[in-house]
Amino acid sequence: MTEETTVPLKIVVLVKHVPDVQFDRHIDSASLRLDRSESVLSELDEYAVEAAVALVESQGGFAAGHEVIAATMGGKSASNSVKKALQMGASSGLHLNDDALAGSDTVATSKALAALIEHVGDVDLVVTGMSSTDAETSVVPAQLAERLNFAQLTNALAVEFDGASRELTVRRDHADRTLSLTAALPAVLSVTDQANEPRYPNFKAIMAAKKKSITEVDLAGIGLEAETVGASGSRSVVLNATARPAREAGTVINDSGQAGIALVDFLAEQKLI
Amino acid sequence: MPSALVFFNELSDAPSKAQRELLTLASRFDRATLAVASEVPQFAQDVISGYAVDKLLIAPGNSDAFIDHALSALAAAVKRSEADVVLVANDNFHREIAARLAVRLDGAVITDAIDVSADLVVTKDELAGSYSAQAKATNGTLFVTVKPNSIEDAPQAQGQQLEVQPLDCEAAATPAIRIVATEAKAASDRPKLTEARVVVAGGRGVNGDFGPVEDLADALAGAVGASRAATDAGWISHDAQIGQTGVTVSPQLFISAGISGAIQQKAGMQTSKCIIAINKDVDAPVFEIADLGIVGDLAKVLPQAAEEIRRRQA
Ligand SMILES: Cc1cc2nc3c(=O)[nH]c(=O)nc-3n(C[C@H](O)[C@H](O)[C@H](O)COP(=O)(O)OP(=O)(O)OC[C@H]3O[C@@H](n4cnc5c(N)ncnc54)[C@H](O)[C@@H]3O)c2cc1C
Repeated sequence: MTEETTVPLKIVVLVKHVPDVQFDRHIDSASLRLDRSESVLSELDEYAVEAAVALVESQGGFAAGHEVIAATMGGKSASNSVKKALQMGASSGLHLNDDALAGSDTVATSKALAALIEHVGDVDLVVTGMSSTDAETSVVPAQLAERLNFAQLTNALAVEFDGASRELTVRRDHADRTLSLTAALPAVLSVTDQANEPRYPNFKAIMAAKKKSITEVDLAGIGLEAETVGASGSRSVVLNATARPAREAGTVINDSGQAGIALVDFLAEQKLI
Repeated sequence: MPSALVFFNELSDAPSKAQRELLTLASRFDRATLAVASEVPQFAQDVISGYAVDKLLIAPGNSDAFIDHALSALAAAVKRSEADVVLVANDNFHREIAARLAVRLDGAVITDAIDVSADLVVTKDELAGSYSAQAKATNGTLFVTVKPNSIEDAPQAQGQQLEVQPLDCEAAATPAIRIVATEAKAASDRPKLTEARVVVAGGRGVNGDFGPVEDLADALAGAVGASRAATDAGWISHDAQIGQTGVTVSPQLFISAGISGAIQQKAGMQTSKCIIAINKDVDAPVFEIADLGIVGDLAKVLPQAAEEIRRRQA
């Protein structure tokens, strides 16, 4: 990061409101949808917010005119995740709120998000986490790159931005090697939990976030027909979902000097050696 | 009856276990084509001919651009094979190209599959393996990413006649991503973590010394894994990390040593067939899912177990 860019950057960071992994998560057996009460900002999106805000800070900060728009799609409560991103330093919020989005698979989700980003207009960089912690597909960032015709820099272990050339360089694991990849903006960047250490919003940041705006739009507002997203716009359908029986605790023994032998006896009993 | 396409980005060596599992899965379909986006050495072709694959399409590419060639090769292979289902590995790279093409061709993509039936119903894991779901495509080509260790590798043995053809690809239309540096990862003689029958994993409790974990893994011919606390501390490479942001394993046997069993860690190992946990703390959450729990010091238990295995095998 040698020189700062003189042209302000418009960054959209995508945040997802997901069921908290610390609680038991349920798929409803009738609707086959995930129970979304007790939801929070996906932990992995915190790394995305941090990457976007840190990038702006390395380029003269928000005073230089850069923008970090925290955007989400989903029902009413999803705006809580946008609020959290504002507390972490994003400059404004955007919420695509429409009931017709429910039940979208990745193909439909990426369609809605691409339309939202096009609606924002002149976006230089889209930043996301490596995966949502609910569906865990990790494919929406790549699908956005495909739809927007942006460079795909995904699963970044480390990120560097050169303001003078306006090029991003990331490190990423690929088969039996680690690659350094460079591309010019516009780009879609997804970051892993190796990329940074997300900041913890302090009191001042929480107060400052209250003054930031969250714009709400619906599908009509971004020019999408309801049938092209949600269940009708999806290309896959879930037929059934069953909870696997929870694993039960087996025998617990205390080591009184012979537990290593007991371990091997157990392996022999289970025919594992 | 539907036809299948299997796609590998690389095949510079003999097919890996996960790749052979994909070839086995493909043989359930009416016709099976394999497309590879790199050169395929003769010995690898010999292994492939042991599976019910009718055709091998080869598209060697350039190596200084990222993703373009794989996307073009897969697009060309889908067109050439006219396959109904495309089977790829579950790693990030293959997931991403499959998902991009699903968008490009208005098809479907389903990840984390553990099975695909002959009528294209996909069985998959949800919520880190706590649910099993079935899903199918409603439109267009179905792209499926299949988890390793889900399908039993079963070559058909009858040395089939394998038709090998070059695959022509169109030039890439995607924004350029340059590979500006490449670092090879240290090679290991141990089995690959995602494919191993046995995994021995260490956490913060190893306190900097993976020696006892590696020793027991070697006695069991297994792979070595780790918790994020251990990889973050730099005691072992990040590649060994098991969990939500590391690799997912489901071996026959998983031995957890000095790992508390946080939810993000369990996410990567709870589908293991048998779990043994060694932890000093009787309240460690890992004991809730262990078939055998040992409350004790891993520095004593692991070496004793390794020695006992070697003694019995001698
Ligand atoms: C977004 C996110 C993603 C994450 N992804 C992952 C992931 O993919 N994988 C992962 O592992 N974690 C992940 N984590 C971290 C996870 O939450 C835990 O912090 C981590 O797994 C703890 O590692 P540990 O069990 O080794 O360490 P600790 O929780 O510190 O536990 C160490 C254990 O070792 C025991 N012990 C100590 N000494 C000995 C001894 N001599 N003999 C026997 N037992 C001993 C202790 O009793 C203790 O239970 C993630 C966290 C976040 C927020």
